[in-house]
Amino acid sequence: MRGSFIILGFFVLGLLIGRLDLLYHGLNPDRISTWVIYLLMFLVGVGVGADKKALRALLTINLKIFWIPVGTIAGTLAGMAVLSLFIRQLSVAELMAIGSGFGYYSLSSVIITEMHSAELGVIALLSNVIREIITLLFAPLFMVLFGKLAPIAAGGATSMDTTLPVITQTSGKEFALMALFHGIVLSILVPFLVSFWLVI
Amino acid sequence: MLTIVLIMLAGMLVGYFLRGQKKTLHFNGRLTIITIWLLLFFLGLSIGNNDHIMQKLPELGVAALWVSVAGVTGSVLSAWLVWKFFFASKGGKA
Repeated sequence: MRGSFIILGFFVLGLLIGRLDLLYHGLNPDRISTWVIYLLMFLVGVGVGADKKALRALLTINLKIFWIPVGTIAGTLAGMAVLSLFIRQLSVAELMAIGSGFGYYSLSSVIITEMHSAELGVIALLSNVIREIITLLFAPLFMVLFGKLAPIAAGGATSMDTTLPVITQTSGKEFALMALFHGIVLSILVPFLVSFWLVI
Repeated sequence: MLTIVLIMLAGMLVGYFLRGQKKTLHFNGRLTIITIWLLLFFLGLSIGNNDHIMQKLPELGVAALWVSVAGVTGSVLSAWLVWKFFFASKGGKA
């Protein structure tokens, strides 16, 4: 839990420095983020590759693994349907489009901004960032309450990169490949699902 | 997308050959955590830099928060069902 607050602290620190315009202007945070994600992926890969149990999980992949991303999609969209009963300023389709980002904030917010509006794009960005932060903060709680797949489902598309380390820490390294698989499937589906809800 | 998967596979290959090297792997774990800190820092930086987002932040943030909470709640509930019906049943404990 303490680790998650340190992570949040770094986010707030970045927010403040960005707001106060303290950083050299030639620096492009989005570009750097891409390289930091690459580095993170490599390091997570090393951790998985060095783990004997994780590799065994890959060899025993079977069809039931597909139910994890299916469950996340169904659960997220059901959540949006319920929410549409309480939120007036957003339509069901708009909510479905934002929810279909599954935490993949960069891609989903760009698609929504281009196909719909900048405002909805901002909500998509924030909501999917928050989804990632909620997962980073509460993964241990989700595991206790809803089982070892819950941190993966909460992470959505980010279960393959940014939330993967937290997932493997809470559910165990043997869940790394399920998380990776889950994140890859959702990441591929994000552009299709998001645009689907904006077209209908 | 593909780049990320390839980089991760490369890391897994390196990790495979580093098996048993406890000191290196411990360092890898520390470095992973520091990299997550960096990632969140730059994410904050990117949002803090965007005036349009920062001005509308309170209003849009509340809506966004509800969307996240609803999405995560639905997801963990369905994950619980998937766990119960497809994964936990084998061991006999649900």
